[in-house]
Amino acid sequence: MPDADSSTIISVTDLTKTFDGITAVDHITFSVKAGEIFAFLGPNGAGKSTTIKMLTTLLHPTGGTISMGGHDPADSPHKVRRTFGIVFQDPSLDEELTAYENMEYHGILYNVQKDKRRQRTKELLTIVELWDRRDDLVKNFSGGMKRRLEIARGLLHHPSILFLDEPTLGLDPQTRNLIWNYIRELNKSEGVTVFFTTHYMEEAERVAERIAIIDQGKIVIQGTPDELKSRTKSASLEDAFIGLTGRNIRTEEPSSLDRLRVRRKFFRKPGR
Amino acid sequence: MKAIYILWFRQIKRYSRSKARIIGSLGQPLLFLVALGFGFGPIYTKAGGGNYIQFLAPGIIAMSILFTATFAGIEVLWDRQFGFLKEILVAPVSRVEIMIGRTLGGATVAVVQGVIVFCLSLIIGFHPTNLTLLPLALLYMGLIAIMFTALGTAIACVIEDMQGFQLIINFLIMPTFFLSGALFPMESLPKAVRFIAAINPLAYGVDALRGILVHGAHLGLITDFTVLTSAAVAIMVLGSYLFSRMQV
Ligand SMILES: Nc1ncnc2c1ncn2[C@@H]1O[C@H](COP(=O)(O)OP(=O)(O)OP(=O)(O)O)[C@@H](O)[C@H]1O
Ligand SMILES: [Mg+2]
Repeated sequence: MPDADSSTIISVTDLTKTFDGITAVDHITFSVKAGEIFAFLGPNGAGKSTTIKMLTTLLHPTGGTISMGGHDPADSPHKVRRTFGIVFQDPSLDEELTAYENMEYHGILYNVQKDKRRQRTKELLTIVELWDRRDDLVKNFSGGMKRRLEIARGLLHHPSILFLDEPTLGLDPQTRNLIWNYIRELNKSEGVTVFFTTHYMEEAERVAERIAIIDQGKIVIQGTPDELKSRTKSASLEDAFIGLTGRNIRTEEPSSLDRLRVRRKFFRKPGR
Repeated sequence: MKAIYILWFRQIKRYSRSKARIIGSLGQPLLFLVALGFGFGPIYTKAGGGNYIQFLAPGIIAMSILFTATFAGIEVLWDRQFGFLKEILVAPVSRVEIMIGRTLGGATVAVVQGVIVFCLSLIIGFHPTNLTLLPLALLYMGLIAIMFTALGTAIACVIEDMQGFQLIINFLIMPTFFLSGALFPMESLPKAVRFIAAINPLAYGVDALRGILVHGAHLGLITDFTVLTSAAVAIMVLGSYLFSRMQV
């Protein structure tokens, strides 16, 4: 059991998820403190998205327990849903609506007051450089623009926990920097707890205060970047990862493989 | 409440932006009105049934609502495919509100289609006997629409692929339509078939529309109202439950 002191906002014990025979998440235990930036680092298929989906009420766990701000998603999903904002790995915008409408509808679903909604929408769309394109239909946006809009939308209702599932996948380096700077600023100024997944070592190391490395459904190690390096006696996270899993994870910059991967998601059959 | 409103509004917006959908879904009812109306009209009259268009028009209005409403469920599958369903499911909105919002959205679109078909039927020669009863007709159109949108939506919560959904819906819609009294009177049919009509909610909707637009309803408007409303409520409850079980 992870320490359950008052500063713990997410606490997960022995969490497991199997999909007809495949164990996607295998008895993982970890906790996230309120106000910290926590990263899940792991290769494709490690179980990162599956874990996030269980924390955010989208999937029902096969076993184990979850506490999100003191609530169990299985018993009080509604209370849990109030606590977080999320940027999914896969697209989740309404492409037949404009950027502004997507923001507006989100704000209404999350019961954000009109004045605040309008003001925050303008602020966020300006930061992600979409304010001038706010009245365009999302289906006419590029992949990176859609991503930026999703990030803006996830922040609109001032969540106390922000889930980011590979948020910067497919973004150019400048935009990635811009977004991370903003998220860190937000983390400081509003105390938002950030839980993100990535397979970019440098991103995890630069942004996260604590990291859990997950591979084949299991957490192989967790701690601060420095702890991970000293415990594996490695000079870099990359070496630590290779040492722990016997494999390399992947390069730092988005590769053509990433882009392929994003595209593949579009063609995946619904429901799978 | 606001969540219901915005889910409803979203569907209206999407519908109003899709001219193809508006026009495309009018083809079938128009074909039925013209082909059956003019084709069977003389035979119906000769057999002593009176003016067939008068009999047929309420049935075709009900048909267009039935089709549009049940197929509105497919929007859940579109949302699943394009990912927007996740956005709705993680929102702090009760699953009952999601079910009501979606149902009202689809139902409104279906009623609009029904009204357009009503106007088309006027051009073809339909004469409602009492125009002051139109608001009442609208109420029943709404009930039919809500009941069948809820049904389509609930089915879409369970059947996850598009082809499967379309097969099931066609399988359900055809008998529902043909055994509703929309095309011919049910009174002269064998007992067994009449029993099916008795458990077919659309039969009550057709009966009510015909009663209001042309002449007195056989089953009585109160019965029609009660059956349609209870069916709608029951399916909405089921749909809300299915939304609460949904995983993506
Ligand atoms: N709905 C599902 N049905 C069946 N198997 C699934 C489903 N969702 C995920 N899986 C399987 O679970 C495992 C973990 O998947 P998950 O999406 O959690 O990985 P991930 O760490 O997010 O990987 P990536 O970096 O590619 O996003 C994979 O083997 C995947 O095939
Ligand atoms: Mg993933």
